[in-house]
Amino acid sequence: MSFVTKVGSLKSYEKGSIELNDDLRHYAFSNIFEVANNSQPYERVMVASNLEYAAEVVRAEGTSAWYTAPHDEFAIVMDGEIEFTFFQLADTQKATHACGAMKVAGEPQGKRMGRVRARRGHEVLLPKGAAYQLSAANASVCLIQTCAGPESVERWSKICVLD
Amino acid sequence: MSIASVQLIASAPDPVLGYKKFQFGSFTFERDMYFVHVGWPKGKHTIEVDRFLRAMVRDIGWGFFYGWIFFDDVFGTQNHYGTVDIYAGTYSKGHRDTGVDFLETFNTDDVRVAFETISINWINEGYDPLRAPMETGSPLGAKTKDAAGPLIRGFEPARRMMGLPGDTSPRSDASGHPINRAFADLSYDKPDIEIEPGFEDQVHAFNLFDHIARADVTWNPSFTSITRACICCVTSEEHMLPVIHGNDRNEWFIQLTDEIQWNIQDKNTGNPRGRIVMKSGDVCAMPADIRHQGFSPKRSMLMVLENGTPGLEEKYAKGELEPFPITASRW
Repeated sequence: MSFVTKVGSLKSYEKGSIELNDDLRHYAFSNIFEVANNSQPYERVMVASNLEYAAEVVRAEGTSAWYTAPHDEFAIVMDGEIEFTFFQLADTQKATHACGAMKVAGEPQGKRMGRVRARRGHEVLLPKGAAYQLSAANASVCLIQTCAGPESVERWSKICVLD
Repeated sequence: MSIASVQLIASAPDPVLGYKKFQFGSFTFERDMYFVHVGWPKGKHTIEVDRFLRAMVRDIGWGFFYGWIFFDDVFGTQNHYGTVDIYAGTYSKGHRDTGVDFLETFNTDDVRVAFETISINWINEGYDPLRAPMETGSPLGAKTKDAAGPLIRGFEPARRMMGLPGDTSPRSDASGHPINRAFADLSYDKPDIEIEPGFEDQVHAFNLFDHIARADVTWNPSFTSITRACICCVTSEEHMLPVIHGNDRNEWFIQLTDEIQWNIQDKNTGNPRGRIVMKSGDVCAMPADIRHQGFSPKRSMLMVLENGTPGLEEKYAKGELEPFPITASRW
């Protein structure tokens, strides 16, 4: 017997369903690919939120700004191919905010740390205190494990199934 | 809370079936060819043996997890992070109304030792309750020979991120974990990584799907990455979650591949609230006031995001936090 594994993508996904005798807002049911299809490149749209913690969907297309966060973040590529470039930051550029990713002003002034080219199913460390930039030749999608921060976008009413 | 230590008392092996009977506090545990019989001062309850053993080994492996682990609608455990309640009928209206419900609190280590001892005696060679039913033998019948190998496995948590120097390692052929038959149709390449000297512990990536596809356990998550107290757990799911989980905090499910169907119940009463079908890319919160049980017709990959902040369970229990994650003002 051979199996067929179903994996969604920007171009092809099938959303599940939620049939509950309850307030559906409590479940905030959404779909990563649907969210990415309706996002601007590099918007960080929250699809999960647990007090200060969050998971954000990013549509990667073209080249992003530089970001940094005061804690580790992790990106899981869900569709396409994304290149992640890492640099150290000068002391004057380092994040002073408490949580989440924020944009770096200008180009990072520290040493180059390395680069990762990741495809579907790959998980990438976005290390605490470093600057990182994403780029993708074609529209791609990643999910970022992080904290809610200055770049987080909340649009729950638009992304969630409510009836 | 200080609790007196309680030791498990084991009988001699049954002369016919070969299994031992056990007493732990006020509870008794006995198995026959098909069933486990749990007794307490005012009652007795029967659970099919496969379901009981699948639940018990996971309860041990998860360290009693977050909140309530219902082996079925009657019997289970609640984690208080240092102590564990074992209950029978406490969350069943019929048992409560007739006054036969019972709950006893034990030290966590005592419960772990008791459950391990029972499991080891009742699991025969050829039966592995952590595997999918299609991938293991039967637990039915008389005692044959103790199973070899570890009772629990697959739950070693990453400290920062799996695969970093000094951290846990992803599964591989070398670790004895081939790609599971149900995921053999996917390709598993590695990310391309360039690291400047000195940044080996900062620049890192690995194939998460490859790690999940190689799991030899089901419904048994591994921690792969940690953001402060936010824990990313990934797991391969096939057949049914052999427990009903009642969480003491909100958690989030992200369906990476295929499909899982979840039955949702009220946490306190067990009354059905409905069902959720999650397909690849779907994201759904599991609120803190429900029980859930999943059914995965084809082996699938699931990611769970947990908030492991200590003491969170007390804030939800006291009503200081809403039992759902997105509060009204955010809609």
